[in-house]
Amino acid sequence: MSILVDTHTRLVVQGITGRDGSFHAKQMKEYGTQVVAGVTPGKGGARLDGLDVPVFDTVAEAVEKMKANTSVIYVPAAAAADAVLEAADAGIGTVICITEGIPVNDMLRVHHSLAGRPMVLVGPNCPGVISPGKSKVGIMPGFIHKPGRVGLISRSGTLTYEIVFALTSAGIGQSTCVGIGGDPIIGSRFTDLLPRFESDPETDAVVLVGEIGGSDEEQAAAWYAERKRRIRMVAFIAGKSAPPGKRMGHAGAIISGGKGTARDKIETLQRAGIAVAPDPADIPGLVRAALKD
Amino acid sequence: MKIHEYQARRLFEEAGIPVARAETAKTPAEAEAAAARIGTAVAVKAQVHVGGRGKAGGVKLAGGPKEAAAAAEKILGMTIKGSVVRQVLVMEKVNIAREVYLGLVFDRDRRGHGLIVSAAGGVDIEEVAAKTPEKIHREFIHPLAGLSGFQARKAAFSLGIPKPAALETAKTLMALYGLFQKTDATLAEINPYVIRPDGTTVAIDAKMNFDDNALFRHRAIESLRDMQEEEPLEIEAKSADLAYVHLGGDIGIIGNGAGLVMTTLDVVTACGGKPANFLDIGGSSSPEKVRRALEIVLKEKGLKVIFLNVFGGITRCDDVATGLVQAIRSLAPKIPIVIRMTGTNVELGMNILKESGLNLKTHPTMQAAAAEAARLSGT
Repeated sequence: MSILVDTHTRLVVQGITGRDGSFHAKQMKEYGTQVVAGVTPGKGGARLDGLDVPVFDTVAEAVEKMKANTSVIYVPAAAAADAVLEAADAGIGTVICITEGIPVNDMLRVHHSLAGRPMVLVGPNCPGVISPGKSKVGIMPGFIHKPGRVGLISRSGTLTYEIVFALTSAGIGQSTCVGIGGDPIIGSRFTDLLPRFESDPETDAVVLVGEIGGSDEEQAAAWYAERKRRIRMVAFIAGKSAPPGKRMGHAGAIISGGKGTARDKIETLQRAGIAVAPDPADIPGLVRAALKD
Repeated sequence: MKIHEYQARRLFEEAGIPVARAETAKTPAEAEAAAARIGTAVAVKAQVHVGGRGKAGGVKLAGGPKEAAAAAEKILGMTIKGSVVRQVLVMEKVNIAREVYLGLVFDRDRRGHGLIVSAAGGVDIEEVAAKTPEKIHREFIHPLAGLSGFQARKAAFSLGIPKPAALETAKTLMALYGLFQKTDATLAEINPYVIRPDGTTVAIDAKMNFDDNALFRHRAIESLRDMQEEEPLEIEAKSADLAYVHLGGDIGIIGNGAGLVMTTLDVVTACGGKPANFLDIGGSSSPEKVRRALEIVLKEKGLKVIFLNVFGGITRCDDVATGLVQAIRSLAPKIPIVIRMTGTNVELGMNILKESGLNLKTHPTMQAAAAEAARLSGT
């Protein structure tokens, strides 16, 4: 098993006629993902260069005609919130939003509008989700992954690749790797996804990759400490040397009012019994040690 | 994005919030004329983005036009926490019975907005929150419902001010929220909001911050940006679509992906090095972006070494190598460049570096490269 995406994933690509959308649609298809449809409003019926995927005007059509159950969004920031709502309205169960730069107020409206719906939103401003060997939905390079029993949840993109590559090189495969995004308002936080890994019989441990800003890592620590968990956890926090008040690339990576420092997060995670790697290179060793517990 | 007090004051005025009479001045003569037009005692206030200007001597009271000119003379040209004062706001001196704090903030944890008011106005609100939290009243604002009138009244009545003043304050809060929402602000603050001895109310300070990601739909707000208040290299990087933060050390850092660059800074710092900057060339980088990145970092003063750390995912190592070789040929940097590169097309990239004849050394891991960069910087 795995979480969020697998061999049953039937993907619709929102924004498929754009530069990023068409490039990554091809990459995902090559990886083996079932890319069943694309959507660009006004371009329904269009043929894509070198990609045999039907294009529709609406997500509803993609669901009706191609039985799409998962969506990935590559539309520009100004239209991305609307794209998420359209996917939800069409009955898509898992929506993964790659787009960076969406206004905070747009995401607040999306988040509260979707409350109570049985839909999972991952992102925005994220690399996507991959269950190695089964399905890749996003922009991550597929070749660095290897099927296995360790899950990964991260607020970062490239840093995640770095860590996945280190795991794979050490012979540790992954069940599912989820990039939850670097924005202050994201669809799924660590605590929304950890229970899914906890109930996935094919995941034994989870690597949490956090960074400065917000309190999602502290909440993850609280979740882990709440009761005896089946999965083992290892964490890494980026931004130990980041100055307060400066936004470090990600919209959500900022220490404000003295809150959200790396040190606070590391101490909270350690108190919850989670080993925190001082350096990304230490992660494979800590994962092995955690699995022996 | 931040704006100046005088700009936020104008937005407040347009939104119907009572504000004290005020004019900006760029010279002592202008300050004198402004004070004469206002016709009362005035406060002369430095216009800079950084906080704590009062403590730094950036706010002075003046009895009349001559004194206002003298105050402006002292304040203009002053440096407050690295910001040079180029403009002052000359504001009527308001009679004060009570000073309160009014604020609207983005509430990340609860995924909404917060209304914060405090009877302890005119002082640092974070200090009040830490030392006397009972003096703070908060209301959660649900993004789909907005601020309700009853919440504004509840907050205003919590301040212990006369009823007519509380009702006027509630009106100000509603107007402030309207402005906050309409402009995609992330912060709107009036500290202090004054209750005069006659019971009327007025804002004598104004502060607003805005969501950078929403500026595309607020051209009028974006036009308020003061380029002189921002790091020149951060502006230049932004125009090249690169994320940049000036940090002040002597090791220039270039990497791809915010998390990876943050980690690079951490590893370099752990090795005893001092990063000069944060520079993220992004997830899908062209040779041109790498060239621009090197060009910008080289403008940092006192650099001793540059550390380029790239994990090739969507970014291809051959693209990075091509850009780097081009950049080094055209810019001829006089300081060493430490390179760590791995991932997509790493062999191609390494070959490009080797065949360039530029004698570029690479290191297999981030740790080894960071240690070498720290060593070369001599720290």
